Amino acid sequence: MSRSLKKGPYIDIKLEKKLQANIDSGKKTVVKTWSRASMISPDFVGQTIAVHNGNKFIPVYITENMVGHKLGEFAPTRIFRGHAGKKNKGNK
Amino acid sequence: MARIAGVDIPNNKRGEIALTYIFGIGRSTAQKILTTAGVDRDKKAQDWSDDEQNKIRSVIGDSFKVEGELRSETQMNIKRLMDIGTYRGIRHRIGLPVRGQTTKNNARTRKGRKKTVANKKKATK
Repeated sequence: MSRSLKKGPYIDIKLEKKLQANIDSGKKTVVKTWSRASMISPDFVGQTIAVHNGNKFIPVYITENMVGHKLGEFAPTRIFRGHAGKKNKGNK
Repeated sequence: MARIAGVDIPNNKRGEIALTYIFGIGRSTAQKILTTAGVDRDKKAQDWSDDEQNKIRSVIGDSFKVEGELRSETQMNIKRLMDIGTYRGIRHRIGLPVRGQTTKNNARTRKGRKKTVANKKKATK
């Protein structure tokens, strides 16, 4: 079920504040966040956000196409290195 | 035989059913089309007059995406997901289920025919 329109998109308050400061000052500092559920709003385009994947922060450069997706979609939490015995495949 | 939306030639079935032979048109869309075109649902496709056929064609052309256009649209959507590097895009790329289904067993629609992996040699006791 999709989120109620009344509430608007979910964006972590602190993250939004930090990014807003970035936008206002015209800086492009990387903002770290654990908030994978936050929606990417159109204002964020051109910023780089470091999204936590449970282990480390994955830098995500926001482009126009990404608007409306959530940050977590761009920072995979699992690494599949192929099955044992399958020597030359995998390692992606 | 009527020729609607390019290549499709629906046969001598009721109009409602015949229209569903077009990619992108199901029962409910077919019903909507026939109501807006003012054609009886139960009338067979072969009994449609030229006038009725043209009406149906224009209704489909105006308000529905069908066949190649629709196919290319879905392809574009998938390509977009792959290009921006989302999780869903990655799953499309490696040909695994996209919507969180389990892949320990089954998932054969996405994974294709079973590829048997040779057994490891059994350790001798």
